[in-house]
Amino acid sequence: MSAALTIEGVHTHIGRYHILQGVDFDAPAGLTTMLLGRNGAGKTTSLRTIMGLWRASKGRIMLGSTPLQDLAASDVARLGVGYAPETMSVFSDLSVKENLVLGAREGPLDDVRLAWIFGFFPALKKFWLSRAGALSGGQKQMLSIARAIVEPRELLLIDEPTKGLAPAVVDSLIACLNEIKATGVTILMVEQNFRVAREVGDEVRLMDNGRIVHRGRMAELAADGSLQNRLLGLNLDAHQ
Amino acid sequence: MSALDVGQALLRRRPEILPALTPLFVAFAAAPFIGSFSTFVTLTAAGLAMGMMIFTMASGLTLVFGMMDVLNFGHGAFIALGGYAASLVLLPLANWSSADSFSLNLAVFLLAAIAASLICGAFGWVFERLIVKPVYGQHLKQILATIGGAIIAEQLLYAVFSPAQIPVTLPKTFEGSFVFGEAAIEKFRVLATLVGFAVFLSEMLILNRTKIGLLIRAGVENREMVEALGYRVDRLFVAVFMAGSALAGLGGAVMALYRGQVHASMGSEFLVLCFIVIIIGGLGSVGGSFVASILVALIANYAGFLAPKLALVSNILAMVAVLLWRPRGLYPVSGR
Repeated sequence: MSAALTIEGVHTHIGRYHILQGVDFDAPAGLTTMLLGRNGAGKTTSLRTIMGLWRASKGRIMLGSTPLQDLAASDVARLGVGYAPETMSVFSDLSVKENLVLGAREGPLDDVRLAWIFGFFPALKKFWLSRAGALSGGQKQMLSIARAIVEPRELLLIDEPTKGLAPAVVDSLIACLNEIKATGVTILMVEQNFRVAREVGDEVRLMDNGRIVHRGRMAELAADGSLQNRLLGLNLDAHQ
Repeated sequence: MSALDVGQALLRRRPEILPALTPLFVAFAAAPFIGSFSTFVTLTAAGLAMGMMIFTMASGLTLVFGMMDVLNFGHGAFIALGGYAASLVLLPLANWSSADSFSLNLAVFLLAAIAASLICGAFGWVFERLIVKPVYGQHLKQILATIGGAIIAEQLLYAVFSPAQIPVTLPKTFEGSFVFGEAAIEKFRVLATLVGFAVFLSEMLILNRTKIGLLIRAGVENREMVEALGYRVDRLFVAVFMAGSALAGLGGAVMALYRGQVHASMGSEFLVLCFIVIIIGGLGSVGGSFVASILVALIANYAGFLAPKLALVSNILAMVAVLLWRPRGLYPVSGR
């Protein structure tokens, strides 16, 4: 499987802090790659650096054969990269509809795709004209993801999408992500919920202290308790 | 209505009505002290017109401050430049202004307004590229750079147009007053009010009914996310800055006609008032600035009549009172 996204020796500094310290990994095309690691390992910084929201001080980021490391975020997005940040970043003063209209940069909202999204997140249809700032945390998370997928994307960067979601909504989200993957989209996702990571992920990259410390198949990690314990320090029986 | 419908209705965007009514409350509160109804009408109409002129000048600053997070102390220079640009049209076309023809009078006014907007918009582009762009995100440097830019612009206006005041003649149709009983309302004030309302309605229409407006509103709240959606915010910023400068120019043109003269320092005279208005209204809120402009102008007019010494500080007192009531202004914008 060829890599849709390749990151080679990427360093990122934020102020005087050296966050990414030579990150190397790839995200195979058409698969979902999970980026795991403890808090502060550099997962969110990796996504923001790929997105162009923070500039890599060194290294290469390739989307297919296109270098991203010197591009502004808007140019990265125009190459077909969708981003759903951890903070959700929905526009509070805009309605649900207006948030999605902005997500559809190429043109008007596609009714068929919208119906597909509503199938996963019916709350968005219910609160279509409501102010996004008045939605619950989980609904804002749904809106953030819906906005990232309201148009077809080549690569989706999703940061902790299940944070704050009710279990029923998490199941919808898993179904949604698997359907998106089935359309051939490459997904790079940061996730703390191992159950979600196991059900959605094909590949896994594990970060620690700003570096990748493990690359492999998600299924292998999920099946190997001792590996989980060594890499994540988790007793995953508790997460089943 | 079911409980769910009620919940949804509550979630729908519904602007608070109370802040919008503050000018009315002020008017009702002042009326008994003014005593004479005709004086009250005259003061209120004059206040409304002044409010609309202030709004026209301040709305550009609101957009620039709200969307771009830029403290543009050079905004006043565009107000003065607008006045001069209007005079460049009005002086050669003085015979249109003095003609007994409504259409010629209106045409010369519109030409002056358009020239002021276009010239200020163009100079706004230069100002943004040369002075504002290098200091994005650095408030202290923005203050220093834009004050420096304003001083240079003011001195250039003196050099080009001379330090003397330049008289600006009002088109004949707009001279004089409409008289209703004992109340007199200057015709030009009616025109200035209409211009202010037109600017307000246009801005609200653009902000609420177009994708550009959506982008501006979203950019006010979270510029980074707008970029991450693929929009080139830097280009939008330039356009917003040019629009803000054009509005300052339009406001300057109307103010120059109202005062009958233009002077390079008129911009700095109104700059503080513009800042007071956008703070009272809520940073980045066009609707808030609209209400605040009327509020400030009415209070200044009533105070000027009832307690002239108080009028000197009425704007500051109004700002303190509003901020004690609503610390983020009448209509705060999320993320500000």
